[in-house]
Amino acid sequence: MLAIFKRELRSYFTTATGYIFLAISLALFGAILGATTLMNATSSTGTYFILVLIILAMILPILTMKSFSEEKRTKTEQLLLTAPVSIPRMVLGKYLAALTMYVIVVLASMLNYIPLYTYTVKDALSSTMPPNFVMILGSTIAILLVGMSFIAIGMFVSSLTENQFAAVVITFGILAALLCITIFNGYISSAAIRLILDWFSIYNRFYNFTYGLFDFGALIYYLSVSGVFVFLTIRVFESRRYR
Amino acid sequence: MVEIKNLVKKYGNKYALDDISFTINSGEIVGFLGPNGAGKSTTMNIVTGYLASTSGTVVVDGKDILENALEAKKLIGYLPEQPPLYVDMTVQEYLDFVFELKGCTLNKAKHIDEICTITKITSVRERLIKNLSKGYKQRVGIAQALIGNPPIIIFDEPTVGLDPKQIIEVRNLIRNLGKTHTVILSTHILSEVQSVCNRIVVINNGKIVADEKTENLTKTITENLRYRVKVSGPQREVTQALRTIPGIVNVEALNERDADAFVYIVEGAPNVDIRKKLFRTLAAKDWPMLGLEAVGTDLEDIFIRLTDKTGKKKGE
Repeated sequence: MLAIFKRELRSYFTTATGYIFLAISLALFGAILGATTLMNATSSTGTYFILVLIILAMILPILTMKSFSEEKRTKTEQLLLTAPVSIPRMVLGKYLAALTMYVIVVLASMLNYIPLYTYTVKDALSSTMPPNFVMILGSTIAILLVGMSFIAIGMFVSSLTENQFAAVVITFGILAALLCITIFNGYISSAAIRLILDWFSIYNRFYNFTYGLFDFGALIYYLSVSGVFVFLTIRVFESRRYR
Repeated sequence: MVEIKNLVKKYGNKYALDDISFTINSGEIVGFLGPNGAGKSTTMNIVTGYLASTSGTVVVDGKDILENALEAKKLIGYLPEQPPLYVDMTVQEYLDFVFELKGCTLNKAKHIDEICTITKITSVRERLIKNLSKGYKQRVGIAQALIGNPPIIIFDEPTVGLDPKQIIEVRNLIRNLGKTHTVILSTHILSEVQSVCNRIVVINNGKIVADEKTENLTKTITENLRYRVKVSGPQREVTQALRTIPGIVNVEALNERDADAFVYIVEGAPNVDIRKKLFRTLAAKDWPMLGLEAVGTDLEDIFIRLTDKTGKKKGE
């Protein structure tokens, strides 16, 4: 498992994927944090994290597009599947590699908070408003967990196709749909369907974190989504052998 | 060493493998011969645990490939039809990765050194795999299969797409490996199994049509063989002289001409080797024989012969 993890992480940097991912995400996160806080004369990070959530849906598919589709296309998966490594370990190795890349980005983007603390923002009444540390920490944890489930979904899609481009587009479609549930939900009249769709909504659960509420239910939800899609990816490989 | 029992593989409604059974003993070099689409790769993929069979079992040294997969896979080194290379790695990085992937406990640097020497890739170790020639890529693929010293090595079409010199090198390499390993070599080239293997299993349309020692099979195929002979001499007289040789049942003069030499197709009776008589007759008349080659030993012919033979056996 360690060998697969190491090779996968390395491959992000021998191809352009890793650099593109790091560059785009760090640039966007920095720009958005600046625009929503300092330039807006507020230290509230609520808007920032909501925008980060939307951006993740667009850039995390880049991270996972290759994981299995490329191996399938170049037949290198034959090496992995005939090596004495179990399928769950193979999938986990790849999942953890993508997750590591993502954690690196989130940790690096935390440097952006330094100016938030050093340039103390004054509101209209000239009283200082220090950034809310608990709110930032809570939201960061939530962002990490949401990313975990996005990566699991992306990896699952990648295991279904040989085409990286298809993997990106389909993953983005699924993630966008999960985010948009909240918007569409306003138009649905049946309360029962609204309730069910609400349960799937990533946005609703995330919203609480941006107000500084730590929602343990959401935590479990994000972890479950990750677990389910990692499990489904494993099943894809197990069932493919029988086809 | 490898026991294959009643293997069936269905893709949808089509049988890719239809009840295949054979056993490979320790130390054998077995050629797995068949035309494209006969089920060779499917069999290899099932034996190595890449695919699962619809029914039937594969047992590697007492370990079932499905139930005891990890233990069984440790015993097999596999070079698939397309070498599974990560082209953005150097050869050294790739072999390091395979070493760790297989969880080997040998001395890493020394073991990889040895394998690079055997497969003659020491000079390209620091190069990116994507920049290597096809022959070198194939050898890196073989090196990958050898890592961890598995007792069984499986090659699926290892010489396809190589130039003649590379083909000879790869064959020599496989022959040498056969001295210390059990080798399964899948191919559609008859001369390849003849030169490398000591046993041949022939598969056609998902069924095994022959499983014999190489000498025996070669004998079966060469009986009642036709030869293409090029003789320097007057066409009509040569034709007549050839017809008088006992054991020759048919002579046909072709309209191919090379200076004063003509080409003839000569067919001998079953179980008679006409080549020596042919030579003596022509030598006595002072008509130099410029060429002699067997015709009709292509794989298609062999399959027709083999399937005919089994058909007759069943009919008896």
